[in-house]
Amino acid sequence: MNRGISYTSAFMTLLKRDLQIAVRHRGDIFNPLLFFIIVVTLFPLGIGPEPNILTRVAPGIIWVAALLASMLSLERLFKADFSDGSLEQMLLSPQPLPILVLAKVLAHWILTGVPLILVSPLLAVLLHLESSSYVALMATLALGTPVLSLLGAIGVALTVGLRKGGVLLTLLILPLYIPVLIFATSAIDAAGMNLPYDGQLAIIGAMLVGSLIMAPFAIGASLRVSTN
Amino acid sequence: MWKWLNSYADPQRSYNLAGTLLPWFAGLAIALIGVGTIWGLLFAPMDYQQGDSFRIIYIHVPAASMSMAAYMGMATASFIGIVWQIKAADWAAASIAPIGAVMTFIALFTGATWGKPMWGTWWVWDARLTSELVLLFLYLGVIALYASFEDKVLAARAAGILAIVGVINIPIIKYSVEWWSSLHQPATIKITEESTMTGDMLYPLLMNIFGFGMMIGALTLVRFRAEVLARNGMRPWVRELANAEATK
Amino acid sequence: MKFDSFADFIDMGGYGFFVWLAYGVTFGCLGILILHSLSQKKKVLTEIAKKMTREDRLKESRGKKS
Repeated sequence: MNRGISYTSAFMTLLKRDLQIAVRHRGDIFNPLLFFIIVVTLFPLGIGPEPNILTRVAPGIIWVAALLASMLSLERLFKADFSDGSLEQMLLSPQPLPILVLAKVLAHWILTGVPLILVSPLLAVLLHLESSSYVALMATLALGTPVLSLLGAIGVALTVGLRKGGVLLTLLILPLYIPVLIFATSAIDAAGMNLPYDGQLAIIGAMLVGSLIMAPFAIGASLRVSTN
Repeated sequence: MWKWLNSYADPQRSYNLAGTLLPWFAGLAIALIGVGTIWGLLFAPMDYQQGDSFRIIYIHVPAASMSMAAYMGMATASFIGIVWQIKAADWAAASIAPIGAVMTFIALFTGATWGKPMWGTWWVWDARLTSELVLLFLYLGVIALYASFEDKVLAARAAGILAIVGVINIPIIKYSVEWWSSLHQPATIKITEESTMTGDMLYPLLMNIFGFGMMIGALTLVRFRAEVLARNGMRPWVRELANAEATK
Repeated sequence: MKFDSFADFIDMGGYGFFVWLAYGVTFGCLGILILHSLSQKKKVLTEIAKKMTREDRLKESRGKKS
């Protein structure tokens, strides 16, 4: 069968399209980021400003806020395409679905994950994070947020056809995020105590590779179910 | 080789098969749980460390082990349903989910009532308790997803994908939670080792574990039969049954 | 028999509250689950029967019109 264009160009076309759309609606990029920053600022107000307590809880706060922000932004991953019908066009196209899905997830990560990684040092300063754990924070976010996007996209794909999928999405995805949260925060803690943390990073990396291989197929299958 | 299995994909045949199996499962379950529980409560010797509070073990351990077994069963059924497009397997998966969720809740609750007299607290962030809690969330996710689709064929597909994704994640979650709690857990709290139990203590436990397994089987069959009827409302044999029910 | 009297049995060596709470909640939950499972079949069948009578009525009224 003639596929028209190669896998690579299909991937790049979709990636460019999604980035272009997002650049035209800038709110989609900034709102999750703002949410992330505001959630993190709320914690010192709730817990109290003592630097040693904040230092202790900073990795957890930053990571939990990152989980919530990623979920908030994921909700719209397939929504617009689903409602205007372009998602169905993608399903009908001769290109393999996992590749197209991977392009969409990558675009989502570039738009929400990367800004999050870039502002995280700023928030770490606000929370008095140990100076030795800045690199660990950035590294775990860089490896961990793509995992969040990939796993979350499965849940979004399952709920995209439902009218009130928002709360349901939380219930489906958050349990799957637990391992990433555990290893990421423990890597940052270890770095704060000047201990080696490459083991934790390696495990998050393994999760990234594993979900990179398997998640696109699960997302594709879920989309076929949802758009039926 | 698999041909004989396909004949049970026919709704009426699987409905009837479930009907013939049901009394066996139910009878065994009632007998085993009855004997095991009475033996455990009345005749098993007292634990020399924990006193009589250890008698909670006779419902806690069966519920905990069966909660995991039920998840595996549900995921296997979903896998069969998705790969070989056998609808009966989808219905079986949908009927196991609520039973597994109740088992998980029982395991958590009895764990808490056992923990309070032993550790002095209802809840500790121990590896086993935490992963059991996550298992409950996974069950609730599957149930909620299944309930929120109008079209139950699609619902079973979607819930099946989620169950399979969950099964891949369970070992990772379990491992990560264990590793996490070994970092954080204060050394004062120690779960009693699975020490050498005397036969008098062990036999009722084994009976209850098998009894709970049989009970899950029986309940699954009951729910499976109802699910088959609900999904095949247009078929003549179901309509006959409905007529019989209405004229009763 | 490991207990001397019925009161001893209820007391469970001082752990009565916890043991009976655990057993009570367990069998309560199981009871609800069993009753719910058993009632489902009847519910499904009556629903189907209702649907059938509705369809019959629709057919009848259509027959009168034409």
